[in-house]
Amino acid sequence: MSDTATTTGRAPSVYVPSAEALATVLAPGARPPRPGALSASLTFGWRALLKIKHVPEQLFDVTAFPIIMVLMFTYLFGGALAGSPRDYLQFFLPGIMVTSVVMITMYTGVGLNNDIEKGVFDRIRTLPVWRPAALVGMIFGDVLRYILAAVVILGVGLALGFRPGGGLLGVLAGIGLLVVFSFAFSWVWTFFGLVLRSEKSVMGVSMMVLFPLTFLSNVFVNPSTMPGWLQAFVKVNPITHLVASVRAAMGGSSDAANTLWLLLWSVGFVVVFGTLTMYRYNRR
Amino acid sequence: MIMSNRNTGLAVEADGLVRSFGATRALDGLDLQVPAGTVYGLLGPNGAGKTTAVRVLATLLRPDGGRARVFGHDVVTAADAVRARVSLTGQYASLDEDLTGMENLVLLGRLLGLGKPAARARAESLLAAFGLTEAAGRQVKKYSGGMRRRIDIAASILNTPDLLFLDEPTTGLDPRSRNQVWEIVRAVVAHGTTVLLTTQYLDEADQLAGRIAVIDHGKVIAEGTPGELKSSVGSGTVHVRLRDAGQRPEAEKVLQVALGVPVQLEADPVALTARVGEEGSDLEAGEQAARALGELARAGIVVDDFSLGQPSLDEVFLALTDHPAVAADERDDQLEAAR
Repeated sequence: MSDTATTTGRAPSVYVPSAEALATVLAPGARPPRPGALSASLTFGWRALLKIKHVPEQLFDVTAFPIIMVLMFTYLFGGALAGSPRDYLQFFLPGIMVTSVVMITMYTGVGLNNDIEKGVFDRIRTLPVWRPAALVGMIFGDVLRYILAAVVILGVGLALGFRPGGGLLGVLAGIGLLVVFSFAFSWVWTFFGLVLRSEKSVMGVSMMVLFPLTFLSNVFVNPSTMPGWLQAFVKVNPITHLVASVRAAMGGSSDAANTLWLLLWSVGFVVVFGTLTMYRYNRR
Repeated sequence: MIMSNRNTGLAVEADGLVRSFGATRALDGLDLQVPAGTVYGLLGPNGAGKTTAVRVLATLLRPDGGRARVFGHDVVTAADAVRARVSLTGQYASLDEDLTGMENLVLLGRLLGLGKPAARARAESLLAAFGLTEAAGRQVKKYSGGMRRRIDIAASILNTPDLLFLDEPTTGLDPRSRNQVWEIVRAVVAHGTTVLLTTQYLDEADQLAGRIAVIDHGKVIAEGTPGELKSSVGSGTVHVRLRDAGQRPEAEKVLQVALGVPVQLEADPVALTARVGEEGSDLEAGEQAARALGELARAGIVVDDFSLGQPSLDEVFLALTDHPAVAADERDDQLEAAR
């Protein structure tokens, strides 16, 4: 073919499919053995990293959003609740870290819904790999975002005067507990990402769940001043267990009862919503 | 070309497949037998159930009733065995648009079990064979329509599947890109992979497919070779445009006598259409058309323009179902909403 596309100046030649070239790529080599569950999940995790590399704007919600949350609430409530923002921060920082990261978990559902909308999931679902790998890999990628958000918040906190009594180890333990819970909690959103029709409805539902869950807890204030019926809810709210555990760890102590509850909740989320998610994933 | 013996017998057998979306029966007792090693066309208008059929056969959707086997494996109870042997290129982007072409192929290679260097080498040779080497490092969302189709198909043959599903592979492509896809399909089938393609265009099915099933309202309403199907509706249509609208009644009479079929008067006052090459006629469609044009000239009727075309899908549909194909468009919207 002689016509060279000159309109863009970018496409120097026209593709002409050649039977010989195609025959070489069609030659059936022995099919490799299928990858294991972990390897497939990690490959999907790699995909999440590549997406971050190509669309770094998506990190806005794990960087700018948490910074705004910390600054806003520290200066809004600090003086009134604890005498000064700096004093409030000692109590508040673990809580706002939990709130921000747990809020970010909803993007797991949004991302999944987006994949389905665009058709990528059709190809993924026809691959002969361990079924949950695509979702586990996706959440692996999100875990990285959770860690990033937690570190950003910690940095802002330290700059504003937060001094964790537990030192580096305590802080790492706190972030570890937060990441474990967030990984488990993400399965709630994979389920909604599969069930709901649009990105908007996923956002809507997650906001409806996340706002009461994070605010009706011990994140902002000590629950002892709340009315009894509200205390009853706050007491069983998994976020309360999480915040108490993270607070204790960062403060240099430990809160065995709350940590046990937190781990039970985490297992529960994975078992219940992981199962529901895979059921929907296979039957869509 | 190597015709490997892995593809003998039937690639697909479907018996009475049923699948509903709400009140709409997308598949309503679909039966299908696709011989291995061939290109098989599913022809039908939007909403006829083609995509649903492909999605059921590719294990993406479970049928509500009936059963289907791919190379003998049941699509529901042995879905994994089916997945190991098929690939699907859907109607919509089936790659991650945010990633580059290279990254997409390496990703899929890894998921199919290739090691990192092997996946990279495989991706490179596929990109080269599909003329995408230069675009390897570009995000897929920046590809043109034709390039996108090509990388979609390249991704689908990464593991050299035994059965390749192509859902409307050329819809929305310009003629050159369409021809490229056709050449690729021919190379793939020549290599022994069975191809099941859906299309709205009779000429595409005609160009590529050894056999065609015409689908309407979730059922197969006709099945056969392209020749068999076309001869059931006449193998072509002749369109004539006159210089003078006043001569049309006379032209209609002349054509009717010359062709022996009813002549349609079109909305355009100078245009007429008639079928040629009906079964039973001893002349080829082209000869019949030429003879008819000669008769028009002899009668002193001035023809400005004429063309001889294949029967359109609409005409095949009219002949097979007594309803035009476009009526199904509304159903398609419903199906989309139900997805």
